[in-house]
This record gives sequence, structure tokens and C-alpha cells, in this order.
Amino acid sequence: MGLVETRTARLFTPDAPLELSGGERLDEVIVAYETYGTLNDAGDNAVYICHALTGDAHAAGMHPGERRPGWWDNLIGPGRAIDTDRWFVVSSNLLGGCQGTTGPSSINPATGEPYGLDFPLLDMSDFVTVHRRLGEHLGVRHWHAAVGGSLGGMQVLEWELSHPEDLDRAVLIASSSRLTAQNIAFSAVGRQAIMRDEHFNEGRFAGDRTPDVGLSIARMMAHITYMSEDAFTEKFGRSHQYGAPSRGFGVDFAVESYLEHQGESFLTRFDALSYLYLTRVMDYFDPFSRPGALTRLRQHPVSNLVISFDTDWRFSTAQSRRIVRTLESARVPVTFREIASPWGHDSFLLPIEPYHATIKAFLEYAGVREAARHG
Amino acid sequence: MADAPSRQVADLLRPDLAHVAELIPTGSRVLDLGCGPGTLLRHLIDERGCSGTGVEHDPDMLLAAIAAGVPVLDLDLDADLGEFADKSYDVVVLSRTLQTVQRPSDVLAQMARISDRLVVSMPNFGLWRHRLRLLSGHMPQSRELPFAWYDTPNLHHATLVDLERYFATLGLEVEQRIPLTEAGRRLRTDRGANLVAGAAIYLLRPVVTAGSDA
Repeated sequence: MGLVETRTARLFTPDAPLELSGGERLDEVIVAYETYGTLNDAGDNAVYICHALTGDAHAAGMHPGERRPGWWDNLIGPGRAIDTDRWFVVSSNLLGGCQGTTGPSSINPATGEPYGLDFPLLDMSDFVTVHRRLGEHLGVRHWHAAVGGSLGGMQVLEWELSHPEDLDRAVLIASSSRLTAQNIAFSAVGRQAIMRDEHFNEGRFAGDRTPDVGLSIARMMAHITYMSEDAFTEKFGRSHQYGAPSRGFGVDFAVESYLEHQGESFLTRFDALSYLYLTRVMDYFDPFSRPGALTRLRQHPVSNLVISFDTDWRFSTAQSRRIVRTLESARVPVTFREIASPWGHDSFLLPIEPYHATIKAFLEYAGVREAARHG
Repeated sequence: MADAPSRQVADLLRPDLAHVAELIPTGSRVLDLGCGPGTLLRHLIDERGCSGTGVEHDPDMLLAAIAAGVPVLDLDLDADLGEFADKSYDVVVLSRTLQTVQRPSDVLAQMARISDRLVVSMPNFGLWRHRLRLLSGHMPQSRELPFAWYDTPNLHHATLVDLERYFATLGLEVEQRIPLTEAGRRLRTDRGANLVAGAAIYLLRPVVTAGSDA
């Protein structure tokens, strides 16, 4: 795919504000998004891409002047697993994010200052409300599929449970219906690193004094959980960054240098407050625990594809299997595959042939519902 | 049950699968263990108003089933059947797969827990051709058992007589038996099946004994 651009849409306004599930409201919501491919006349060949914790709207193609394509470019494009010759692909930055969509560092129109911690707490369902509104804005009448990895998969799950009539297919990759205590523990330490940074200042950052130390530590630690032990061993072993060991407390091992780079580069593209807000949404997400959680999905079954990776210990196969078991026992059509990959949780971003082939096959079979609608 | 699969079905499905389909009531919810490329389920969904789930572990077969639009789970029959709830399917099918699992008794017990209608097919080791091969001093090989002894997915072999005794010890009652020719067509007569059938399909019902949970 060639050059693409991120556009913005003002989806909620003081006249038509966003009512959040927690009861609060946002008078203005701007959403950054990209689209690839062409929407058909029926408006039903659309595929929504839900990004993970630190993703953004730029999922595929190139931005002018940049050297790296979008974060899921290996999956989305002409002839790829999510084939832009067939599908109209929509990718947006999620609510509470920091890559062009309204979030806690946006200006609060009521005060003229950034929201900071006055930004309301968010829920997975709020993300879905905004996604659906973007679809309306773009003229999408029906979604062929919603696709997401990690936190993205959680959004897809929320979407199909709350508005299954919108979707034909749901693709949940390396995801979870309920974080484990260990998952929450990792997120908690990340948030503590941010909130205990000397520049945190109750979320009111003064000028360029932002909690960079905390945010980079949060990122470094999280990044460890996104890779398998074998991946670290293969990538770095015990090799030293500067050839010979330089004993002391500075960066010496190659893995330390790598993590430092990960932490530093994260600062250029991510916001500490978004990190707090978005990780917290994940912690509280537990949709199957809601009374009648599956009632709507039972009435409007969505075909599900659940994929896990065998070395993913952050969002393990057991977590995917829990989703599968719950959907299957509710008689919702579900396909599940565990993909062998040495790379851990990050596998969902990598071009692993059987993984991509599975998504392609799942998106492209001619389903009964489509046949009925077009027939 | 229908007397014989319709000609149309026979054209679409491998003959033995058409006979398996005969044992599945219209509109059933079907669990097909070792579903391969999903041919049976696709047929049952399209032609018979069934719904259901396949289970398959082979990567190529899985992908083929997904491409056919059949819901299929990548699970291990020996380890993972606990995922399915009690009596959650109308029919559970194990077609030409029993001989490949590690612990057939556990798999059959799980099947009897998941459904009270089991359809199981298995090659017949007692086929006359196999007996002749043994008499001539060689391991049997045939259309039903195409593999060399050292390179085969088949861990277990049984004659139909042994198989039926085994079902009885597990509390599974044979409600119907369809012996098949080596080409997978129904044998004209049930007599002498242990000698002339290449395989057989069984419809089994768990025997409800006094004091059991059921």
C-alpha cells in the first residue's frame, strides 16, 4: 500500500456529547483515523482495526517522509491477510489515547487547560461507542469484521457482546476476557512508576516537565512481558553492548541497552496520562461477569476467531481458551487456533505465516449471513 | 433414519461420511472430533440445518476447515475435551479417529458426557484381506489401513467383534451398526461383517445405570 494519511473527525460536540458508561460526559471528542481500500455501495465490506495499548491510527501504509510503515502493515494491504482490495479497513486511535484522539492530555474546553486527572475514567464500552460513531460518520452500514490484538481484542469482544448486530465476524488475537492478578500487578507497577515520578504533579504537568522517568520505566517493564524468555535469549543472550564487559551499574548487557532504547523512544510517542487511563480500562474489563452478558450475542451470533500464541505468557493461551469456552458454551460459533511462535505476546504484530493465513481464510470464507443478505 | 443417503449427498460426501450423516437428525447441534477439513459439518450445516463445532489438531486440516467456514477448535482430543460442557451437543462424532488417540477409553467417556448420541467409526482389523496378510507373514495394509507399521497415526487396531465388546465394557450400547465395504459403501448384509467389512460406523448410546448422575 502506498502513502496514507491520518485524518480527524469531530464525532461528539456540545450539542451531541459523548455519554460515558460511567455517567460522565465529554462535550467534544475528536478521533484520529485512517482508512484503506474502498467502501462498497452496500456499505458492508468494512473491517475495523482495534489497536492495542500503545498503538495508533496508523496501522498500514506509509506516511510521507517516514521510513517505517504502519504497525500492522504486514497484515493489512492489497493481497494481505486483511486484503484492502476486498475490504474497507478503518483504523482509529482510541478514546483516551494520545495520537490525535481526545484523551487526558487534550484541552478541556471548559477550562482551556489539559484535562489531566479530571478526564473521566473510561470503560471498554466507551471505546466501542466511539468506534461505532466513526463507522456512521464514514457511511459504514455493517461491519464484515472487527479485528484486534491484546487490548484491541478486548474492544472487539466488548463490541460483539454489546452490539452483535453490527458485526459478522470478530477476530480476537492474543487477548483476554479478564486480566489475571499477575497482569494487573504488572500494570499497577507501571502506573506507580509514573505516579511516583517527581514530575507527575497530580497529573498537571508543568511545561516540559513530564514524568518521563516513570513512563519509560513502565514501558521497559511492560516490554519484558511482551516477549518470551527464549526471544530475549535469542536476541541478546548475555552479550555485552560494547563488546567487553564494563562492570558497574550502567548499561552493560545488550538487553539493558535495548530496554533503555525502548523506554526512551516510547517517550516521543506516548503520554503518561494515557498510559494510566488505558491500562486501568483493561484491569476492570470482565464482561462475562455481567448478568446476561451473552444474551444479545446469542440472539445475533457473530462468528468468532480466537488466536493465541504458545509462548505468550502475558495473555496466555489459557486466557484465549476461556473466551472460547464461554462463547462455545453459549453456542456462539467460534474457531480457535494456537499458533506456534517463539516471540511471546508480541507475536501478534509479526508476519507469522500460519497466523496470517488463518485470519485470511476466516475473513474470506463466504458466510451464510452474507449470502442471505446479498442473495 | 433414512434408508440410504440420497444420491446428491453421496456425490458431495465421501461415502462413509454420507453414512455418518444418516445417523445425525436434521437440526442437530453436532460436535465433530477429528473433523479434518470440515466436510461433514459443512454438509450438515448447509443441507441439514445443523449447527456445530469441529475439533482438529492438524495445521493443514484446521486451515481447510476455517476456509470452509466451519467453526473449528484447535484442541487435543486426549487432553482438552473437558472444555465442553455436559450434554452440550445433540450428537458427537468421532470418525476414523478412535484408533489415533492415546487413550480411547477417556475420549469415549468424555464423548458420553458431552452427548447421549455418539457416532463412532473405525477401520476393521478383522477384514479377510488383513487376515490373509498376517497369514502370509506381513502386517496388514489396505485402503482402510494404508500406512506402513512404522509410520502410521494409528495407535490401536481392533476387529469389529473386539470393538463391540470394548464398547460394552464402557457402558456404550450399540443402537445401530453400519458395516462398510472397503470403498466405504454400505454392505448389503450385516452378516459376517467382522470378515468382510473394511470399517463400521456405530451409533452408540451411553447406558443409563441406576444411581448414575443421569
